[in-house]
Amino acid sequence: MEKILSGYVGFANLPNQVHRKAVKKGFEFSLMVVGASGLGKSTLINSLFLTDLYVDNGYHSPNQRLPKTTTTQCSAVHIIEGGVRLQLTLVDTPGFGELVDNTECWDPILKYIDSRYEEFLTSESRVNRQNNPDLRVHACLYFIAPNGHGLKQLDIDFMKQLHKKVNIVPIIAKADTFSPEECRAFKHKILQDINQHGIEIYNFPDYDFEDEEDARTNKKLKESIPFAVIGSNTVVEQNGKKVRGRSYPWGVVDIENDEHCDFNTLRNMLVRTHMQDLKDVTNNILYERYRIQKLSKMLNISDNQLSSRFTGEDFNGGNPMELLERERLDQEDKLSKMEEQMESVFQEKVREKLMKHREFQADLQRRKEAMMEAQEKERQELAERRRRYDEDRKVFEDEKLRSMIGTKSKKDTKKKP
Amino acid sequence: MSEEFDQQFILSQQQCEFLAKTFHKFDPDENGVIELEDLAKVTQEILGNEIRSSELQAIRLKGEGCATEGYITFGDFTKIMREHMSSTTRWGGLKSKLQAFVGFDSIQDQLKEKALKRGFEFNLMVVGESGLGKSTMINTLFRGTVSRQSCIQHPEPLPPTVKINSVCHVIEEKSVNLKLSITDTPGFGDQINNLKSWEPILEYVNKQFEAYLNEEVSINRKKYIPDTRIHCCMYFIPPTGHCLRPLDIEFMKKLDKHVNIVPVIAKSDTLTIEERHAFKQRIRDDITHHKIRIYPSGYETDEEDEMVANAAIDKFLPFAIIGSDQLHQVNGKKILARKTKWGVIEVENPAHCEFVNLRNMLIKSRMLDLKETTDKVHYENYRRQRLHGPRDISDALSQPDN
Repeated sequence: MEKILSGYVGFANLPNQVHRKAVKKGFEFSLMVVGASGLGKSTLINSLFLTDLYVDNGYHSPNQRLPKTTTTQCSAVHIIEGGVRLQLTLVDTPGFGELVDNTECWDPILKYIDSRYEEFLTSESRVNRQNNPDLRVHACLYFIAPNGHGLKQLDIDFMKQLHKKVNIVPIIAKADTFSPEECRAFKHKILQDINQHGIEIYNFPDYDFEDEEDARTNKKLKESIPFAVIGSNTVVEQNGKKVRGRSYPWGVVDIENDEHCDFNTLRNMLVRTHMQDLKDVTNNILYERYRIQKLSKMLNISDNQLSSRFTGEDFNGGNPMELLERERLDQEDKLSKMEEQMESVFQEKVREKLMKHREFQADLQRRKEAMMEAQEKERQELAERRRRYDEDRKVFEDEKLRSMIGTKSKKDTKKKP
Repeated sequence: MSEEFDQQFILSQQQCEFLAKTFHKFDPDENGVIELEDLAKVTQEILGNEIRSSELQAIRLKGEGCATEGYITFGDFTKIMREHMSSTTRWGGLKSKLQAFVGFDSIQDQLKEKALKRGFEFNLMVVGESGLGKSTMINTLFRGTVSRQSCIQHPEPLPPTVKINSVCHVIEEKSVNLKLSITDTPGFGDQINNLKSWEPILEYVNKQFEAYLNEEVSINRKKYIPDTRIHCCMYFIPPTGHCLRPLDIEFMKKLDKHVNIVPVIAKSDTLTIEERHAFKQRIRDDITHHKIRIYPSGYETDEEDEMVANAAIDKFLPFAIIGSDQLHQVNGKKILARKTKWGVIEVENPAHCEFVNLRNMLIKSRMLDLKETTDKVHYENYRRQRLHGPRDISDALSQPDN
């Protein structure tokens, strides 16, 4: 029942307050790019945000080049425009689809997305949750190679694994391979493939536009999915004007020309009109999905019970907060018990060591005494021997003297005839 | 062998005199010997400009072999010359002079007539991921709807494994009949796991060699053995702009010893000219680094002019091509082109892409050479391995050979 106000209250100012607060706080956006190497991902990101987020590392020589498995590389950048701060996180996935055998090459990507959700969940459940940065992936740009036939098996499998976890925005890379008819046919084929396999890509919501023009542009936007883009970091001359594009011997491609490619449409969608919506969908739908799955696993709720209770507060199993408390207490008990155990073990060990030391000491003492005794004995023996030696010597001297006297007397007697 | 040659072939008096005269020019003292260093000069004088450097080298080696104390006798010299004469027709000054017109130069026309009546065969294989424009390229090369895709009724879905399909056409131009067979490999590189995706292709190539070999060694063999061996394999590299992918390297390494590989950069209208040069350079580095043998530079040749031609082709390898089977009006003429919103890409314009170079090499100048290389190098390899007797052919073929 709407009431009509008789005067001016002033809460029409609320949006401005929200605006001011938001601008002061700044915005965060996390974008992931996935696609095989050589599809122009880095160039496109640089073109989208008009900054050199990717430094050209140059190429390794052939013997340094090793085919690698998929990894995720995160880089954050802070850009300011018109007083509005944007913390942009870019997640690159080098090595995707590069090997000869690419089974499950999306695993690291899945893990990354899940780990971000996990981080957010734990930071939400903390006691003190002041600054939780939102690093959840808000949009995933998937680059489709322009082969003209449709989605490859790898594309289909990847999207099926990830469409329930992240907003997938499919993009046709290097669209300057196509003439307009080929492009239309290819887009049609891709959409067919997507519908056939039940893949849920990001759906642009239909806002109620007041302006008819806006409604028309929105409709056109929806019809251009998947976006056929061309990226360029270089400025080239076309008819005397400087445009961002690519220069070929047969003509110049202007990436900001809507007739040449959908780059403008993509940029408008991603940055100008639907950035907040992407974040909202990530927060309200995809993150919630993850949260329910995770928490239900913790509480061991079966799937059919799960579907009937969406909010997760009225579980028979108990409030998850309580459960967390209980777990925490349990853990603390366990911890203190472990501590006690460790203390006692420590004491034991100290005692043992002390005893051993004492024994060793006693042993040493005994040995010392034994050695001293032995030494005494030796000394006595030596003294004894010395005495005997002295005696013998005396006897020998006596004898010698006697014999000398004896010969002398003999001589004497001989002399006296 | 040379003794038999001596017994069977007597040098004519004129030939003997010519040899002796030139010999004695370098033997002023009439000792009957010349110095080793003069051997090359004597040979040069006798054979004139027709002698090739490799042959000269061989003669020099032979001379060193039979020289005694640095001197070569006239007898040894004659022997060396005889060996040379028995193996080539480049006799230089030893050629006998005709006194009147005989008319055996019409052998050229006889050859042509026979060849025209028989017709030519050419078997081409195209390998690459789906969507790289292989069928369009074939249609553009032979200016007709000869590719497999154009011949089948409905576009078929991508097969889960690599299949080999061939279509055969006979096309005619100026009364020359060419039996063209195009082998396509749908499913290559399209799965998630592409290990061993070259195996069916290698098997197919070897099967053709096997068929030919069986026909050759059979007792009652046909007058003209039908040649289904693959003469050329065009490998399509996707225009990523970075470097060769592991799958590309793996495929080329496995097959370069069995078939002539011609790598091409597909859909090169995605690359600007600078990007194209950089990409080609990186591909060439990769190919040298992994020691992949591609046509024509991987095949040795003795002839100077062929080496020059090979070097000229080498500068462009791998060819950056764009294919189109649609005609558009450009400057009043109808030419093959691709029309985009930003310009018209002319297929036969050398400034736009290297399609003309590819066509010249493949069709205009090297078609016969491709067939010869297949016959003399790859088929001989296969035959040698096979007749050595190992049971398991894949075992033998995996060993390194020339």
